[in-house]
This record gives sequence, C-alpha cells and structure tokens, in this order.
Amino acid sequence: MSPSHAGPAGAPGATRATGSGGATRATRGFEDRASGTTTFEASGGDWSQIAEEAARLGEERIVVNMGPQHPSTHGVLRLMLEIDGETVTEARAGIGYLHTGIEKNMEYRTWTQGVTFCTRMDYLAPLFQETAFCLGVEKLLGITDDVPERATVIRVLMMELNRISSHLVCLATGGNELGATTIMTLGFTAREEVLKLLEMVTGLRMNHAYIRPGGVVQDIPPGTLESVREALGQVRSYLRQLEDLMLANPIFKARLVGVGHLNLSACMALGVTGPVLRSTGLPYDVRKASPYCGYETYDFDVPTSTDADSYSRVILRIEECYQSMRIIEQALDRLQTMGPGPVMVADKKVAWPAQLAIGSDGMGNSLDHIREIMGTSMEALIHHFKLVTEGFRVPVGQVAQSVEAPRGELLVHLVSDGGTRPYRAHFRDPSFNNLQAVSMMCEGGQVADVVVAVASLDPVLGGVDR
Amino acid sequence: MTTGPDDKGPLDAVAAPAETPPAPIRTDASPVERDAVVHADVERAQQGQAPPGPDQGGREPIEVIDVRTGMFGAADGGDTSGYGGLVRRIAMPGASERPYGGWFDEAVDVLTEVLDEDGPGFAAAVERVVVDRGELTLHVAARHLLAVCRTLRDDPDLRFELSMGVSGVHYPHETGRELHAVIHLVSVTHSRRLRLEIAVPDAHPHLPSTTSVYPTHDWHERETWDFFGIVFDGHPALARIEMPDDWPGHPQRKDYPLGGIPVEYKGATVPPVDQRKAYS
Repeated sequence: MSPSHAGPAGAPGATRATGSGGATRATRGFEDRASGTTTFEASGGDWSQIAEEAARLGEERIVVNMGPQHPSTHGVLRLMLEIDGETVTEARAGIGYLHTGIEKNMEYRTWTQGVTFCTRMDYLAPLFQETAFCLGVEKLLGITDDVPERATVIRVLMMELNRISSHLVCLATGGNELGATTIMTLGFTAREEVLKLLEMVTGLRMNHAYIRPGGVVQDIPPGTLESVREALGQVRSYLRQLEDLMLANPIFKARLVGVGHLNLSACMALGVTGPVLRSTGLPYDVRKASPYCGYETYDFDVPTSTDADSYSRVILRIEECYQSMRIIEQALDRLQTMGPGPVMVADKKVAWPAQLAIGSDGMGNSLDHIREIMGTSMEALIHHFKLVTEGFRVPVGQVAQSVEAPRGELLVHLVSDGGTRPYRAHFRDPSFNNLQAVSMMCEGGQVADVVVAVASLDPVLGGVDR
Repeated sequence: MTTGPDDKGPLDAVAAPAETPPAPIRTDASPVERDAVVHADVERAQQGQAPPGPDQGGREPIEVIDVRTGMFGAADGGDTSGYGGLVRRIAMPGASERPYGGWFDEAVDVLTEVLDEDGPGFAAAVERVVVDRGELTLHVAARHLLAVCRTLRDDPDLRFELSMGVSGVHYPHETGRELHAVIHLVSVTHSRRLRLEIAVPDAHPHLPSTTSVYPTHDWHERETWDFFGIVFDGHPALARIEMPDDWPGHPQRKDYPLGGIPVEYKGATVPPVDQRKAYS
C-alpha cells in the first residue's frame, strides 16, 4: 500500500473526539521519498485536525488503514479505504494475518487427526468443517451408507445448534460494532445457552473435534434431549428480545436499511453464498440443493428476501435460527424414537478404537476396553495400536463435499494417495470468498457503512486465512 | 510425506525416469527389494511408457502419482516381513468409458457439441473424462481452459454459473504434469456439480486466468499462486494473498518442508512432525 495518510486507529474511532486527553498526535506532514507523496501518521486524537491539515496542504487522496487490529473488523481483517471526506471511494481487503497453515499441517496427520485441525478454521462454526471433512473422507472410503443413522442425526443436531450460536455471534457483534452494547450482551448470553449444550455433548465449547470419519466420538450423554428442549425455549425468548431490540429500532434501521447492497448477479459472479445470496431472493441452500446427512428428510424452509441489504440479512439470520430450531426439534424426536444404538461404523478397520467412559479420574477409555486389549486379546491390542499410530488407509482418488455453513457454502476438496494421511485437503471457506465482495458493497458509501457492510458478510478470519 | 524429494525410494525411477535414470539401490535394501527394482524396470519397459496426450487414441494411460514398495507403508527402516519386494503403483482413477451415468453423459454431449461447433473442439480441449465416486471430473488442456469455462457457464443446457473457486494439488512424481489446478463448478439452475482439473508442468506453470469468466476466482487464483506457484496469465493482480509479499517459496508444494522443532519432554525428544515415523 502506498498511503498518503495512515490512520492505524481506524476511521470510526478517529472521527469521534476523545474525552479530556483528546489532543491530536498527528505528525507534521513529511515527504515520502519513495512515492513523493506527503504522509501523515495519526494515532488517536481528533481526526478533524488531520483532515484540516490535509486540506490546507491541498492533499485530496486520503487512504485509511482500518485494521488489522480494529474491533469492528471481526478479527484481523485489514481494510484499506480511500476516502473523500466521509465517502469511501475505494475499498480493498487485506487478509493473511491469521494464516496458520492448517491445510498443510493436515497432510502430516492421519485422516482422523485431520478433524482436530479443521475444526479450528472457522472457530465460530467448527462442527461444519468437521462434518464436511468427515463426509468427504467417508465418500473416499465408500462408507457413506454405513454411517449409523444415529450418528447422522447427532451430526445434524450439532450442526444446527452450531448454526444458531454462529448466527447469534454475528447479530451480537454486528450490534456491538454499531455501539449497541445491549444487543451484544443479549446475543452472547443467548449463545451461552447453546455453548452449554455443545459442551455437554462434546466436552468443549469450541474446537470440538467431535465428529469423526465414520460417525461421532461418543453418543450424546443421558439427559441431552431434555436439556436441548429446555435451552431451545431460552434461546427462543432471547431471540424475541433481540428482535424487539433490533427490527423496529429506528437507529438500527437507519444504519442498516439499504446499506451494503449486493444484487444477485454480483453474488453469482463473486461466488457469494449463504445469507448474503439469499437476501437477493435466490433460495440457494446446499441442504436443499444437494442434501447431505439426510437433510432432505427434514421439514424446514429456506428464508429469502429481495432487499439485498444488511437489514434483510439480519432478518434472514434470525429466521434461519428459527428454522434451525425446527430441524433440531425433528432431530430430537428422531433420537428419542430410535433409542440407543451405535454412533460409529461397524468396520473396526476404520472406527476409532476408543470407547469413552467416565471413570474415577474423569473421562477416558472405558475400563472394559482397556481390560479387553490389555488382558484378553493380543490382536485387539495390536489393532488398537496400529489404528491409533498409523491410521487407516483411504483408497486413491479425490472428492468434493459441500455443506451449508452459517456463512455460505463450505466445500472440502480431499485428495488421497492411498495412504493414511490426506494427500491434499482444501477448504473453500465461505468467508474467504465472500470478503471479495467488500469492495462492491462499500465503495460509494460512508465510512461508517463499511462497518455495517462487513458485519453483514460476517467474515470469520480463522476460516478466511486457515 | 514419503513422496518428498529427500527420501527417494529405489523405485521412484519408475515414476520419474527422467530425473533418476539409474535406480539407486539403498544400502540396506534386501535382495528382495533389489529384485523389485529390476521387476519395476521390466514392468516399465512392458508398459512402453507412452507419453500422455490428447491425440493418442483410446484410453489415456493412468496417472501414476507414486510407486511404493513393501507391505506396511513405513518409509524408514527395512521391511523384514519378507514382503519388501511388493511394488504398488499408486494411480489416480483413470479415464472413464461411456456411459458415464446420470446426467454426466448429457452434459458431456452438450459440451462436446458446443466446443466442436464454435470452440477448440472437445478432443483438443478435454483430455479425459473421469467419473469416480459419483463425481464428474473433466481434465482440461490449459490453453483451452477459458473456452471450456465460458461454455460451461453460458450454455443454457450446462449453466454452471457459480464457481466454488480454484485450488491446487502438487503431484511431484507426475513428470511434466506436476501442478494441477482444480476448479469446482456448481449449476444452481440444474442442481449439478462438476470439477475441472488442469495439469501444468512445474517447469512452465502457466494457466490462463479465468477471472474474466468467474470474477470470484480473483482471490482463489491468488491463493493458488501463493501456495503452489501456478501462474495465472491475465490475472489483474496476481499477488500473494496469505503469505507475506516477500515470502520465498510456495508452502503447499510437496517439496516445501513443514518445519517445526524437536520438543524435549522429561528427557525424551519428540522430533518435528514431518520427521516422525510415517506410514503411507
């Protein structure tokens, strides 16, 4: 970037005069030898003084660096905005600040261990990466139909719970970025109810590594169905409060209606999916378009809008939460009627040998299993050891598996060379792709609208950079 | 990975004859393993090693991406089981014969018709059609990629209007076709999905950019350049996207080390993950 002005404090913060200590700390303009432009550095303080000085010097082009450390950029997104007064004339997004090489790392771990890595990509929707990866591995193995029905229903249950918690964060942080702290606290309180459920089932609030190739790690603990039903009531009441706070709020509407517009053809050209695409009226949802995990057997709607703005995306996300609850209720009923059963494929050459149980020192391998492999069956011990250290072999080939993540279509491309580890695992994260739309959504708008537009895309930088 | 350049097994010569013509025999190779080298040479001679190309009639030769020996997949240490002489040629699923099944035939027919009428011709543009695990893959010649993409997007009977982006795969043992770019396309209209695969040599890793057809490929092509070093000619600004601008190398390639340091714990040392014992 070749800035004439660099404002590390970010535009929205800088436009507000800070309290008593609000003296500007802008440097005098100095000549940048490389580009020949005058450069100012501003860190906090009164933006108007810098703008005045720029005007006095006849500088018209002002480039503002928003992020990568800015609270309204959802993590470490860097936005490079060229502004003319309060109008954004050019917007570019810079990413890569959270690149951790997950895809490369997965090539050095077994297929089962891969789940532990990909769950950390989009950290607000970990169960979607896990499911997509495991569905891909199962397709490569050719055991898609052997996965027990109970495991599939649990996957659906967990994904839809996760979708609610992810959408709640989107609404909450979106509100927080507008200065509406109550929306934030309410959204996070509601999310807490869902996280409690996720913790109850998987043991962790995030980065669950709960879904495994062939099924899930363990069955849902006793009492889960009742807890989920109870929590759904709570979440529903929180959602109603959120609606009351947001949907008819004149300030909220003034900030969101008509902002961040992106029409259908732009969405298709830029490959934007998820709520942003559905806000243009196209009911494209992978759960309906190419169903997985038996979504075709669940009764739910795909809400759409034709307003194509940030406000309609808020409504869609709330509506999707209600649709997720419909799916969850059906999943709960199914789990109740089907009763206990296996949650991992019967093929012992694929199924992870751990059989977890609660012991006196916490959760671990069940004593029955330990007794069997250590005391009675040498072959079982060898089998356990080989499966855990080497992993299982996956036939040569490549597959692609899509799931509908909260932010859009998540596509996993897996290549196997017949070995025990992925030859290549690529995750087409919806946030990565959708961020390309920032330029189109922000240019021509106000600086404050950038925050709203980016919030309506709901990027999660862990997924963007992987 | 066992496919790295540093741990070349004695039989890599099969996969990459140009690189290592005399098969080096490991000092710890058992007589059986040395036999395997000879067998592999004979096998290679019998196969004739026909160069892959679209103009060759009949079925394409399968893409051998690796050759492994022994039974247990361990790259280090001798295989004392007596099965050390086993030679396995690892090949990606080969070209499929008609009927492909489902809507695949119809889509390929339409593509053939359009490309033959006002395009480069199907035979020249599409090297092979692979149907595997219920998914359709078209291997496309790099120089005709744009024509194929445009046809797939614009023809009303195909209408793959939504792209899921580009990514890469590195097959270091596939001489002359080391770098593959993979494009996943979705037809929302017809509810169909297919994959395009384009192979380019490592020595000249150039592909036409498809951003003019699918603008979404902008960042995806940047990422593929960043991670694999595939150059997309005609891209508006092919800069690195994930790695810093001055980063040397392309990290997702198989010859790029993972890195890491040994970790000491209670007197024992755990080597970094790419140096641990691994199985293939």
